[in-house]
Amino acid sequence: MIQGISIYHFLIVSSLMFFIGIAGFIIRQNLITILLSIELILNSVAINFLVFNRYLYPDQLQGHFFSLFIIGVAAAEASVAIALIINIYRRIHGINTDDVNEMKH
Amino acid sequence: MFYLLSTVILVFSVMTITTPKVLRSAVYLLFVLIATAGLYFLLNYEFLAAVQITLYAGGIVVLIIFSILLTSHISHKLARPAPWKLWSAAISLIVGIPLVLWIILNHTFQQSANEVPVDMKLIGTQLLGTGKNGYVLPFELISILLLASMIVAIVIAKKDKEDKQHN
Amino acid sequence: MADYSYTLLIILIPFFVFLLLGLFGNRWKPMVSGWIGTTGLGVAFILSLITAYQYFFAGAGEAYSKIVPYDFVWLSFTDTLQIHMGILLDPISVMMLVVVTTISLMSHWFSLGYMKGEVGFERYYSFLSLFTFSMLGLVVAPDLFQMFIFYELVGASSFLLIGFYYQKPSAVAAAKKAFIVTRFADFGFLVGILILAYFTNTYDFATLTKPGTTIFANAAGITFMGASAISWAMGLIFVGAAGKSAMFPFHIWLPDAMEGPTPVSALIHAATMVVAGVFTVARLFPVYYFQTPDVLILVGYVGGFTSLFAAVIAITQHDIKRVLAFSTLSQIGYMMVGLGVSHYGGEEGLGYMASMFHLFTHAMFKALLFLGAGSIIHAVHSNMMQDMGGLRKYMPVTHITFLVAALAISGIPPFSGFFSKDEILAAAFQTNKLLFYTEYITAGLTSFYIFRLYFNIFWGKDRKYEHTPHESPMVMKIPLIFLALAAAFVGFLPFHELVTSDMKPFETVTHWNLVIASVSIGVLGIGFAWFLFKKENSKPAAIAQWFGGLYTITYHKFYIDEIYLFVTKKILFNLVSRPIAWFDRHIIDGFMVGVGTVTVKTSDKIKGFQSGNLQQYAFAFVAGALIIVLSLLYYIG
Repeated sequence: MIQGISIYHFLIVSSLMFFIGIAGFIIRQNLITILLSIELILNSVAINFLVFNRYLYPDQLQGHFFSLFIIGVAAAEASVAIALIINIYRRIHGINTDDVNEMKH
Repeated sequence: MFYLLSTVILVFSVMTITTPKVLRSAVYLLFVLIATAGLYFLLNYEFLAAVQITLYAGGIVVLIIFSILLTSHISHKLARPAPWKLWSAAISLIVGIPLVLWIILNHTFQQSANEVPVDMKLIGTQLLGTGKNGYVLPFELISILLLASMIVAIVIAKKDKEDKQHN
Repeated sequence: MADYSYTLLIILIPFFVFLLLGLFGNRWKPMVSGWIGTTGLGVAFILSLITAYQYFFAGAGEAYSKIVPYDFVWLSFTDTLQIHMGILLDPISVMMLVVVTTISLMSHWFSLGYMKGEVGFERYYSFLSLFTFSMLGLVVAPDLFQMFIFYELVGASSFLLIGFYYQKPSAVAAAKKAFIVTRFADFGFLVGILILAYFTNTYDFATLTKPGTTIFANAAGITFMGASAISWAMGLIFVGAAGKSAMFPFHIWLPDAMEGPTPVSALIHAATMVVAGVFTVARLFPVYYFQTPDVLILVGYVGGFTSLFAAVIAITQHDIKRVLAFSTLSQIGYMMVGLGVSHYGGEEGLGYMASMFHLFTHAMFKALLFLGAGSIIHAVHSNMMQDMGGLRKYMPVTHITFLVAALAISGIPPFSGFFSKDEILAAAFQTNKLLFYTEYITAGLTSFYIFRLYFNIFWGKDRKYEHTPHESPMVMKIPLIFLALAAAFVGFLPFHELVTSDMKPFETVTHWNLVIASVSIGVLGIGFAWFLFKKENSKPAAIAQWFGGLYTITYHKFYIDEIYLFVTKKILFNLVSRPIAWFDRHIIDGFMVGVGTVTVKTSDKIKGFQSGNLQQYAFAFVAGALIIVLSLLYYIG
């Protein structure tokens, strides 16, 4: 609970951040920047969890742990994604999403 | 302080997804993450803020920067996105943001006023506890997930002999 | 109470031998495996003898008690309905322990010579051990379910042994036949014990067979198709027993099972597996007698019919092992008759005692006959009687031992078969005259066909052999001599003091008129055989001619196999399976193919949506999520 700042402030920020992430996911060409957008999305969700935890149920820690686990999952996801990206780069010498459509058939 | 951090977050988020240079976008993301850690500090979750800085800002972003350096040139500029992508992103934003904000602002939250400080000991016992409020099972799950992803990353990224001959 | 804890070893030694040979057998020389198997069994044999001595002779008690050295609950359904695994010692199981280990040891020993140089020698020995293990587990079972488990194991291991020459199509077919027929019968057994357990709430033999027990009260008044539930249960159990014992109409597997190596026939198809059915009926005898006397009568008639039927067929067969196989059927029929005509307790329980006695003596002389036949086949390299004749000069030991066995089976005193067979006839005479006359005729036929075999092999025409037949090696002669001694003298064992229906000894009365009658018909049969087959002549052919069609029918085993084939092929396959197959092929498959085609066509049409572009998908995903949220808002809010 911060003096003068309500839960709505936080939620507005985090939802804006979420949609910026989505927009980035859709418009970016490079696989790595898509990964960055995903990080943005994950982060906004983590903020949400924490804010709910702090403002609504401050005597418990569920939201806190969820954020912790989100960070863990993000780390795992980033490592696998980067491994995939590097592998794709080796094969087609580029990581633009428009080039990676061989699975469509 | 909150307004400063929010501004940083929003501005750098936008710059992350608009800058044409990949490396810069990663650096902007770093700022976003650090500002988020600042928000955690504001909310009195010091431990999580520390984790955010060390793991996210320190680990993941560095990893991403490495991979950027491996896969593209620093000076390389990204092409402008195709129009249909801009359109679809615009539609998502125009529909999505008002919708979500409308939902949020229309909802009355039952705020709780009591302030409980979060100490490290509590986090530790709850994280490894098996009773009520114990999180040992997800904890184990995430450790297995991390191990698996580590192995997967190694397997996928490893160059096998066949590939070498091709390249 | 004396200590019987070592009896567990009797069961476990063959099992460990099986594991040892099965796992490591191919690393050693074949002979090593053979000797390991034989030695292991020798130990089990000695332990069984010790058990028998301790059980029967060391204790001075009047009535033999049931002793359970090992018992643990394996599966517990309710307080009383439990599946136990353990060892139960009572007169018949101790007797069976001795029989099984004796015959098995002899077979092991004999095989050292007979199977020498065969491919898969160590495999053969590991299977033999497995079979012995299963059979021993069966006879000591303290409850019906353990018995059933080992029933199946016996069936499986006999499948392996019959199909030992798995390169031969006929052996494979015979193995399959034996397995399927006995498995089919075992299904009856399973249903039977489940019904029984449902009503009585127990599998335990001790509870089931206690005279005057009230546990069957639950089933009182419940009938199905004119017979009570317990009758059905016991009848179905008898079906299982009949399958294992190759009673009519399940007898068809036994003659074909002769495709296995001859010592296997001696072990499985003469002495052990086929008497498992008799053993089962004997084990449950009090239940049969007190609860379902109607089924017991059925047992007697099935036994009587099978014994006569098989004896008639045995007369016309040319393959010596098949003659012996049908002879086995006939003798097991005797045992079933013995049980069927028996009463419970004391002098009245003569049939039960006689049946067990016959089981014991039959195991000895029939194993001897089979091993003798094995010895002959080893020398002549043929199963067919036409290829033999005048062998007495070449194989004196085999000749003498075979003669002993033949005299024993014919019931000529003082050989063992006389005592047991005579007591069965006496029991039948007291209770059921029809069965008595059937068995009486069968006795004559028995001595006739067995001496037909004997004269044809050892006398008859003196013929030239391509390579002169030679007497078998020492390792094969010892089991023959041992079994010949057994076949000659086990008849003097005081069985009426040892194995009785109520486990109390009783005094037998010798019925001299019956003795004279049965011996005379035996001698008559022998004389007739001597008259026909002593020298090569045209008389048998003339008689066969005279019987004409009857002979042909008998030679083809009354076409029972053909009837089965007709039923399965023509009726089952054509009338049942064909339409089902047609339905399957055209309706079910058609439906599946149709589904597949529609899917393929549809996917062809909509493939265009799949651009493979990540961001299109992402947009679709976001749009979908937004639409869902909007519609939810619309409907709820």
